[in-house]
Amino acid sequence: MDFELNGAQQMARELFSGFAEKEVKPLAAEVDEEERFPYETVEKMGKYGFMGIPVPKEYGGQGCDILTYVLCVEELSKACGTTGVIVSAHTSLCCDPIMKYGTDAQKARYLPALAAGKSIGAFGLTEPGAGTDASGQQTKAVLAEDYYILNGSKIFITNAGPADIYVVFAMTDKSKGIKGISAFIVEKGVAGFSVGKKELKMGIRGSSTCELVFENCKVPKENLLGQEGKGFGIAMSTLDGGRIGIAAQALGIAQGALDETVKYVKERRQFGRSISAFQNTQFKLADMKTQIEAARLLVYQAAKAKEKGGRYSTEAAMAKLFAAKTAVSVTTQCVQLYGGYGYIRDYPVERMMRDAKITEIYEGTNEVQRMVISSSMLK
Amino acid sequence: MKIEDDKGVFVFVQQIDGEISGVSFELIGKGRELAKILACQVTAVLLGSGISQLAGELSNFGADQVIVVEDAVLETYMTEPYTHAMTQVIKRYKPEIVLFGATAIGRDLAPRVSARVHTGLTADCTGLEIDPASGCLLMTRPAFGGNIMATIVCAQHRPQMATVRPGVMKRVSETFGTGCRVEQVVLPDLADHVNVEIVEVIKKVSEKMDIMDAKVLISGGRGIGGAEGFRKLEELAEALGGTIASSRAAVDAGWVEKDRQVGQTGKTVRPNLYVACGISGAIQHLAGMEEADIIIAINKDPSAPIFEIADYGVVGDVDKVIPLFIQQIKEEQEKR
Amino acid sequence: MNIVVSIKQVPNTNEVRLDQTTGTLIREGVPSIINPDDKSGLEMALKLKDKLGAHVTVITMGPPQADAVLKEAMAMGADDAVLITDRAFGGADTWATSSTLASALRKIPYDLIITGRQAIDGDTAQVGPQIAEHLGLPNISYAESLELADGYAVVKRQYEDRIHVIKVRLPCLVTALGEYNTPRYMTPGGIFEAWEEGRIQVFTRSDLSVADENIGLKGSPTRVKKSFVKAVKGQGTVVTMDPEDAAVWLTDRLKEKFIL
Repeated sequence: MDFELNGAQQMARELFSGFAEKEVKPLAAEVDEEERFPYETVEKMGKYGFMGIPVPKEYGGQGCDILTYVLCVEELSKACGTTGVIVSAHTSLCCDPIMKYGTDAQKARYLPALAAGKSIGAFGLTEPGAGTDASGQQTKAVLAEDYYILNGSKIFITNAGPADIYVVFAMTDKSKGIKGISAFIVEKGVAGFSVGKKELKMGIRGSSTCELVFENCKVPKENLLGQEGKGFGIAMSTLDGGRIGIAAQALGIAQGALDETVKYVKERRQFGRSISAFQNTQFKLADMKTQIEAARLLVYQAAKAKEKGGRYSTEAAMAKLFAAKTAVSVTTQCVQLYGGYGYIRDYPVERMMRDAKITEIYEGTNEVQRMVISSSMLK
Repeated sequence: MKIEDDKGVFVFVQQIDGEISGVSFELIGKGRELAKILACQVTAVLLGSGISQLAGELSNFGADQVIVVEDAVLETYMTEPYTHAMTQVIKRYKPEIVLFGATAIGRDLAPRVSARVHTGLTADCTGLEIDPASGCLLMTRPAFGGNIMATIVCAQHRPQMATVRPGVMKRVSETFGTGCRVEQVVLPDLADHVNVEIVEVIKKVSEKMDIMDAKVLISGGRGIGGAEGFRKLEELAEALGGTIASSRAAVDAGWVEKDRQVGQTGKTVRPNLYVACGISGAIQHLAGMEEADIIIAINKDPSAPIFEIADYGVVGDVDKVIPLFIQQIKEEQEKR
Repeated sequence: MNIVVSIKQVPNTNEVRLDQTTGTLIREGVPSIINPDDKSGLEMALKLKDKLGAHVTVITMGPPQADAVLKEAMAMGADDAVLITDRAFGGADTWATSSTLASALRKIPYDLIITGRQAIDGDTAQVGPQIAEHLGLPNISYAESLELADGYAVVKRQYEDRIHVIKVRLPCLVTALGEYNTPRYMTPGGIFEAWEEGRIQVFTRSDLSVADENIGLKGSPTRVKKSFVKAVKGQGTVVTMDPEDAAVWLTDRLKEKFIL
């Protein structure tokens, strides 16, 4: 197992961290406070190829490995959890399935704009009645000559609203159960497709999370992604990759919180000395650093497993489970170390704590990750 | 030719639109000091068009002689004609030392001349002395981003050349009369050396600079008391070539724009000089400015935390100290 | 249109700190960067590449690890890179450095050479104009901006209180100011391409036609006789005085520190 980053990956990390420091960090508080989607950041990221890191060069992407993409999400998330998830959802949940399951025509049509960040991507699986149990898809798709007619709704869709391209799942044959679910590429502006209300969230408040509403929505039949009936498999395998992205986001949030806290405890003085002189503080910092480092190794391992080809669901699930728990635990402890100031919105740690929580829930709750891991053990 | 044969301290006189730049007088002053030790003369070298009458001023400030190269081609500074002219003067008169101001002109002209003449050049000197043992010029300058000082010697090549920062050396306080020896040097082929065209000259209009670009920041806090108080800080900033900044308190109170704010929720700055006026120095503010090279603090409260990180602190009323400080600075600048 | 940009790897002197106890500089852990003025010059060149399809080559003189700045420059968009490295070039002052760089430039096709105005470690601003002198080219220093048209460069040349707009025939050399061209970021794909084998050409002593007496320590007319650290910044001085006295005291402090 080689845990070292090679020279190019190390340089890529410096690129991402420099960008995050200069372009993302200054906006993070405002993006959270105003619940504002940072369009200007997405435009900049698109210009520099951050929106298509693993997309092949022939489709306008950067052609880099998964680990480089993970480094990007990690560094962005250190500064701003919202910005990290925008890239993660766009790349893992929209670019990836099109790359893997799309026809040449679909790839040529959608990937270049997605990779340049000119189109933003999203993934519509979750429904009011189908969350952890994703199989209960109520949204229907009926083939009528040259179109599939979609009816139904999706909920809690990340990037919905700003996104132009949506990978959406619907039931084409109810009698076949999960083998009757299919995947579609739905473009914004198609008749019968609208984005519903934007959710008011605890954290990642700049991320746009909305309903998708399909009312006799006509999707061209060329937009079927993969084969009819294979949609559930596409969704699950896409989520495996998505989990690595979210694990990277959680890792970044935790590291960002720890970095800020180390600076703070050196400066804060009580009882006549810096609070970093107290063993309570020191031990907490040590434990958090160790936890984050363990999470990092799991995340990078999952990225390398995916890169290698072959199955990586268990690695991805372990990475996401551990990184998410780490993010929640570390950010909560960081707020505590800041004392009263940690609760005040002038300081970034309370935002990081609010941002961290979602990583235990979306793209598969902690419980789902445990199901994936244990089922691989109990075959 | 041995290098011992080269004699004389020469000073390149910078003139713009017929006005001699202050640094030139400072260099003549320093040149006199060096010339005395070397038992030689200080010569001012004046290039331009229609500028011969300036020789008297140079004489008054201590030049023992003035060499004038007057030509229409030299009216406005251009690298090549000026380089050619200075090189010809150096070849003809063989000085042992040539000094230039480290200005936008000097830092272009001196390197080119030194390369043409194949000698050493030391930039931005803050100290010039003669080594008693060798008679060589010892040139001291900041290096490594100003973190260390280095003393440089040009032992085997002549002339020894240096550029000197404005405001470092002092011009002489006495006057010498306007009648020193003036020698005209005619260079008939100067026009052949024009290889650029000045299409336009645009004089600058100053606007408020970004606090992160400023080398000098005059920053005000709660102790300023109101927007009016910031006018005085602006005056101080202008006198020192900087701009104003503020703590969060002043921004929240609406006395200044948010783009002036330094600190945890503002900008982080690293100017050469940060003057904190009426700022208590809470950690949130320090986080934004503690990397400044020099920190001056003025505050009524002797226990204000700002004094712990200030290089120079004055316990006093900002309203009283600042106007007097501005006055002192202006008087100092008038002297030069 | 061939543009060559000469860049330098420098320690980020803004990050260098003084060890309070020993009075020496703490150089370890200080990141190495592309000199800011050079990076701005590179951005100038890349803008011309975007606009006119110019070919951009970056060169650097330094130890072997200076290849990092060449990789960064290529990841930003430079097409080729040359590393000029040899023990024989070490210890050079600006005469020797500019002689070495000029001899390398004689082997590379150029219509325009761009350097930064000055490096943040040496701070001399001499190498650019001296390279131009060795090559017999016109040089425009302190360039805020640069446009190319019909075999000419049009440069906005900065002085303290004014700008000259200067037209000069190519080939020429321009030194760029750091504040005026915000450098672009690298791209991830560009980084991996820059790290591929064979992207960087290396010139050593034997590749260059330059006399021994013009390179390295031996070829340097100026030498450092000694270097020392400025006075250690200890506890500051706090005074309580009448406003008039305080004003004089503060002004004297500014004079001491060469701010005034």
